[in-house]
Amino acid sequence: MSPIIAIRGLSKTCASGFHALDAVDLDIRPGEIFAPLGPNGAGKTTLISIICGIVTPTSGSVSVDGHDIITDFRAARTLIGLVPQELHTDAFETVWATVSFSRGLFGRRANPAHIERVLRDLALWDKKDSMIRTLSGGIKRRLLIAKALSHEPRVLFLDEPTAGVDVELRRDMWALVRRLRASGVTIILTTHYIEEAEEMADRIGVISKGELVIVEEKAALMRKLGRKQLTLQLPQPLAAVPPALSGWQLALAKGGNELIYTFDASEAEDDSRGIAALLRGLGEAGVHYRDLHTRQSSLEDIFVELVSDRQAGGMPGPAQRNPA
Amino acid sequence: MSALNGLAIRAIYRFEMARFGRTLMQSLISPVISTALYFVVFGAAIGGHLQDVGGVPYGAFIVPGLIMLSLLTQSISNASFGIYFPKFTGTIYELLSAPVSYVEITLAYVGAAATNSVILGLVILSTAAVIVPLQIAHPLWMLSFLVLTAVTFSLAGFIIGVWADGFEKLQVIPLLIVTPLTFLGGSFYSIDMLPPFWRTVSLFNPVVYLISGFRWSFQGASDVAIGVSLAMTLAFLAVFLAAVAWIFRTGYKLKA
Ligand SMILES: Nc1ncnc2c1ncn2[C@@H]1O[C@H](COP(=O)(O)OP(=O)(O)OP(=O)(O)O)[C@@H](O)[C@H]1O
Ligand SMILES: [Mg+2]
Repeated sequence: MSPIIAIRGLSKTCASGFHALDAVDLDIRPGEIFAPLGPNGAGKTTLISIICGIVTPTSGSVSVDGHDIITDFRAARTLIGLVPQELHTDAFETVWATVSFSRGLFGRRANPAHIERVLRDLALWDKKDSMIRTLSGGIKRRLLIAKALSHEPRVLFLDEPTAGVDVELRRDMWALVRRLRASGVTIILTTHYIEEAEEMADRIGVISKGELVIVEEKAALMRKLGRKQLTLQLPQPLAAVPPALSGWQLALAKGGNELIYTFDASEAEDDSRGIAALLRGLGEAGVHYRDLHTRQSSLEDIFVELVSDRQAGGMPGPAQRNPA
Repeated sequence: MSALNGLAIRAIYRFEMARFGRTLMQSLISPVISTALYFVVFGAAIGGHLQDVGGVPYGAFIVPGLIMLSLLTQSISNASFGIYFPKFTGTIYELLSAPVSYVEITLAYVGAAATNSVILGLVILSTAAVIVPLQIAHPLWMLSFLVLTAVTFSLAGFIIGVWADGFEKLQVIPLLIVTPLTFLGGSFYSIDMLPPFWRTVSLFNPVVYLISGFRWSFQGASDVAIGVSLAMTLAFLAVFLAAVAWIFRTGYKLKA
């Protein structure tokens, strides 16, 4: 399947000499929800801005459905809808006027039925004659989504669409994003709520200091980099891990009252090193336990680990994995 | 590149005309009132005591200059504000991400600003016709100069709007350059009335040619030959077009 967006060697060096984006290569697949994640200032918005034509790249190329964003910008941009991170809206236009304006700007013939559908989808219909400056922040955010959808884009960029949005509205937005995806729209969604990416994304790209650190299916990423932890509560504290159990990476906690086994997906699937083998080994070593529970790292744990390793200058930490 | 995105041009044009409609007071009524005041003070009150200029009563003589004064300042302020404001509020993101070329953006913004200025010019002309006896020797030329000047200076305004990064910069060129040049460009007098030295100096003031050509279309006579006036107006247009073309090529001040 050929990518809907193909990014090659994309760099942006600001006037100050700062590398906002550094040689990014990325293919975004048609119909997926792709979530670029990264700390503040990582370069997510810069990446989006270049693809959408707001920022000029220093080097590299981007094509959207085969159309180069510079030499064939008209065809490329026609396919794209953008909801920017900042709430940039007019003040004195009505909701209806500004959404209709967006459609015209993207070279589409007026289609009141479509605009009505979009406004109803975003629960903006009863506000259609309101002046924009009278709207609340959350409603303005929805209005920006409506503008982006006014011209029926095939690729939708949502730059932190749920920042400052209440829980209910966030759920509504997720539902809308899923509906759009079901209708074949490719969605690029940035967020600082990692659980949002965990919930929504098909694939995740972690950006740090302008570099794309890793791109992976969400499920694969969590399998590969996710860690599991088995905690055993012991009736009698242990002074040290019995030598017979040295085949497992075990640690004692809570004054020897807890035995913790940290392992990853490959170890979990390994018959000689998985939980069942460990429990057998414990029995053989005469270690009893009162209770046990397991915990799986969230995407957030993985993300924090990936990013903090990079912030620390790429020094491999104790939990460093090779993503390749 | 494919054909023009006409729907986009229309969308921007309409957006701008709606904006002018909302600020009717600012963009139409206030220039009309101030021009009417000029007519009353210079035309009726003081002008009554002045000699005719080249056989034309003073009140009627100043009409073309006054229209030009408003046309220049309003064209510049309308067009500069039109493109500066989206930069200021951030809504320019949409314009930059839309499938529109710079040519289309310019056509739409300059077209809307020029339309508004032409309407303004005609309204002032009608106001003047009520106050002073008026005759127009070459109506078609009059209209052509009106449109040409409106377009040329809306283009100048557009450039200023792209260049400006604050509201002061938006004001500074109209205030410090255009208004003085227009006042000294023969709005209220014929440069033939000046001593020879100052007459020569005046010929370096480009606005002299605009006003002179426009006045010729009313009165059939002018300070400078009509051909020279026309050439100068077109030269302005060419200079501003070149500046806009340069902005397009470099993305100057529009894109990071
Ligand atoms: N025009 C510019 N000049 C100088 N630096 C810039 C410019 N634009 C962006 N930057 C810098 O580039 C870096 C990346 O910014 P960007 O907005 O892409 O980050 P981000 O990942 O979207 O962050 P956030 O999560 O805070 O939105 C930042 O350090 C920012 O300060
Ligand atoms: Mg950002």
